[in-house]
Amino acid sequence: MSFFIEGDTGKWEVVLGLEVHAQIKSNSKLFSTASTEWGGDPNTHVELVDCGMPGALPVINEFCVNQAILTGLSINAKINEKSIFDRKNYFYPDLPQGYQISQFEFPIVGNGFLMIQTKEGEKRIGITRLHLEQDAGKSIHDQDIKNTLIDLNRSGCALMEIVSEPDLRSPEEAALYVKKLRSILRCIGSCDGNMEKGNLRADVNVSVRKPDSEMGTRCEIKNVNSIKFIQKAIEYEARRQVEIIESGKKIIQETRLFDPNKGETRSMRGKEESHDYRYFPDPDLPPLIISKEKIEELKRSLPELPDEKKSRFISEYSLTDYDAEVLTDDQYVSDFFEEVVKNRDSKLVVSWISVELFSYLKKNSIELSESKITSKKIAGLLDYIISGKISNRQAKELFEPYLKSNLEAKDFIEKMGVEQVSDEGEVEGLINRVLQENPKMVEDYKNGKDKLFGFFVGQVMKESKGKANPQVVNKILKDKLT
Amino acid sequence: MTDFSAIDITEAKKLLSQKQITATELTEFFIKQIEEKKELNCFITNTFDIALKMAKESDEKIQKGSDLGILEGIPIGMKDLFCTDGVKTTAGSKMLENFVPFYESTVSQNLWKNGAIMLGKTNMDEFAMGSANTTSFFGNVLNPIRSDDQKDLVPGGSSGGSAAAVASGQCFAATGSDTGGSIRQPASFCGLVGFKPTYGRCSRFGMVAFASSLDQAGPITKTVSDAALMLQSMCSYDDKDSTSSKKLIPNFSDYKKFDLKGKKIGLPNEYIIEGLNEEIKKKFDQCINIFKDCGAELIDITLPHTNYALPTYYIIAPAEASANLARYDGVRYGLRENSENLDDLYQTTRASGFGDEVKRRLIIGTYVLSAGYYDAYYLKALKVRQLISNDFKNAFEKCDLILTPTTPNVAFPIGEKQNDPLEMYLNDVLTVPASLAGLPAISVSAGNNNNNLPIGMQIIGRPFEEISVLAAGSAIELSKV
Repeated sequence: MSFFIEGDTGKWEVVLGLEVHAQIKSNSKLFSTASTEWGGDPNTHVELVDCGMPGALPVINEFCVNQAILTGLSINAKINEKSIFDRKNYFYPDLPQGYQISQFEFPIVGNGFLMIQTKEGEKRIGITRLHLEQDAGKSIHDQDIKNTLIDLNRSGCALMEIVSEPDLRSPEEAALYVKKLRSILRCIGSCDGNMEKGNLRADVNVSVRKPDSEMGTRCEIKNVNSIKFIQKAIEYEARRQVEIIESGKKIIQETRLFDPNKGETRSMRGKEESHDYRYFPDPDLPPLIISKEKIEELKRSLPELPDEKKSRFISEYSLTDYDAEVLTDDQYVSDFFEEVVKNRDSKLVVSWISVELFSYLKKNSIELSESKITSKKIAGLLDYIISGKISNRQAKELFEPYLKSNLEAKDFIEKMGVEQVSDEGEVEGLINRVLQENPKMVEDYKNGKDKLFGFFVGQVMKESKGKANPQVVNKILKDKLT
Repeated sequence: MTDFSAIDITEAKKLLSQKQITATELTEFFIKQIEEKKELNCFITNTFDIALKMAKESDEKIQKGSDLGILEGIPIGMKDLFCTDGVKTTAGSKMLENFVPFYESTVSQNLWKNGAIMLGKTNMDEFAMGSANTTSFFGNVLNPIRSDDQKDLVPGGSSGGSAAAVASGQCFAATGSDTGGSIRQPASFCGLVGFKPTYGRCSRFGMVAFASSLDQAGPITKTVSDAALMLQSMCSYDDKDSTSSKKLIPNFSDYKKFDLKGKKIGLPNEYIIEGLNEEIKKKFDQCINIFKDCGAELIDITLPHTNYALPTYYIIAPAEASANLARYDGVRYGLRENSENLDDLYQTTRASGFGDEVKRRLIIGTYVLSAGYYDAYYLKALKVRQLISNDFKNAFEKCDLILTPTTPNVAFPIGEKQNDPLEMYLNDVLTVPASLAGLPAISVSAGNNNNNLPIGMQIIGRPFEEISVLAAGSAIELSKV
């Protein structure tokens, strides 16, 4: 089922392309040795080049280059053996050099793609390029009545701008794309992907068209910083464009901002006001040359990528496509899963993690990695189910209090007194008592009223206060009644 | 007080090592000279206290006889383009009138490490943009050499303060920076040696940038021998400058052992331009004979794209400058004019902080990089620059060195060429090609014209072959043309 907007004149298709800005995870900045640590006092992580002092010169951070290459390799992209740094010129108080060092015509990474798992199946999303650039500083407008204050801690931090082809067709696809990209970045460790801290943000290009017609005029929504907002911004913007076209007007190509409070986009600047950035090669930096050997070496160092892990999960643990996708989306989750599934039944583990655990996390709005829940804790509980000491149903009832407690499975179950009675002698005693108390029923059952089996089970369970192991009860009861 | 203005570094070193004089005596002598010759306006900032302290340290080292640098105890001037830790660095601009860096340029650091003594920061054209030292916010520099008709002459630029200071005996030597001729042309106008090494020899770290792909530091000295010593102390590979060269740095004084016999000296006919002063042409011919006498072979060569060098330079250098000078915005340091809002801050600060010549070049630079003009100007200029480089490459397959005049004319009176920027730019016509190609080039004095004004000759060498360039310069120097 494709995504369409229903307008007065029929269906409209949404065409989307994303420019994702990912801050490279690195101790120091792209062209200086200043720290990239988040949350330091203003202007404490600043070297000469980060504040544009006279005579300061940029020196490329090789680690950042490697991170970009690794990212390129993990999105199936061509690594350009020669790339060029350019100056992008514009005046802004938090841009100390008066230009941003970026890459324009010759980026470090060329064409690539990644796969997303939509409801209709896998879809390939093209990636046009990935280039390296400096981040700007931060203008702070709310600390002083008269003045804007500048914090240059972020100035010069390394960013990767990853530009997709206009291959995305719905807000959901855009969300899936960002999630997939983020899981790849996190997996290889090139970016934390933390959108709240701003180390992953996206510019979204939106246009609409009648199915199978030519591309419409696009608007760019700048700096959207959560997946939810990306979806909302697209929904609003696409609808806005449809309304404009259907009312007989034309879309003006422009840059827009998304206001999360109002849930709408508004014009930031039109095409006429767009900057002439006067890009030209930065004479302070020679072309960036990357050897084939280095690319090969980095390729060898790549960890198992989310897609590879997904295929392995499918074959190794017989998971469905969907479950495999969910479990490999996040490195922490996949590692967690693999710790729990070791020597345990994968079907049981998957259902407990992807259903029970995830719904608990969602209900409490936390990420697994942020929670204190360990794989050992989950494994401990599952072992009680596997050994039959507690039933699946019991476990589900206990799950939430168990996760909230600080106890291990053994202590928790003892404390709650819910351990199943699986001892055959004990169960047999209970059964004998039930059968003795209901002679009429036993006779009816033996005369063919098979349905009464459930009655006996129920009585035994009641007698055991729910602790009897249903499987053991079934087994002994069957023996007794035949 | 002994007069040290007649000796060069090489001789002073000898006297210092023989303990006939002290660094403090030298320093005190030059301080006195600087105070007496204030009217030449060579220095923007004097650093006498620092100089005397450095001299004392040098004297102690000389006494102990250990840890001696190449320039131990030698007082010099530092072009005010090199950032000096704790000492005002203005680049000749109102924009940086009160700017005090908290870091040291690599070139100046290297000099201090080698025992040189800083007398002060020398005057210069604003942001090194000029050929007469008339664009400095701190006023003109006067050439200590006067014509027979006693007119005040320009010292050349942009390193005009450095050249005039050395020529008037206010210091033994001074640093300069050369983007299109800013070391060679003033050296030529003041009868001195000016040496621009191969691009990448000297680190640009801490040098206020004009045009990054062209800027290169170098010395202005009285003699070729001093130029070798100064350059030795200034050069280093520097990991703080990505364009710094890792090529082995030779002992430049080895030029003395370099034999010109059998070497081929190329004479590019394109450099004998229309408007070349007759007397300069005559000197040029005399120099040809000097090299013949040395046993060198003189051959005619062609550098066919020479004509395009000046326009190419005046596109590339302003383009780079337009970005390099964007940081002077009144936000973080330097001049900030009162303003109502952000655009106003930029406009008033930059309008008041930059002089006319700087503004002219920033506007040209912004224009040639603009959408719609980039291909026609900047991109084309880059291509022509490559052709100019190739010209030299081809020429150096046939010859070892190239001999040309340094400037089409001698020093001119202050006030001349002020109203016609193009005529002013023509000063650089013979020096700009080597800058565009990043080649080492020296200007040495080839005597005076009939009006007693110095004439400079330029020798251009292959990349990183500074030694042969120095050797050829020395040949002219020794011949006493």
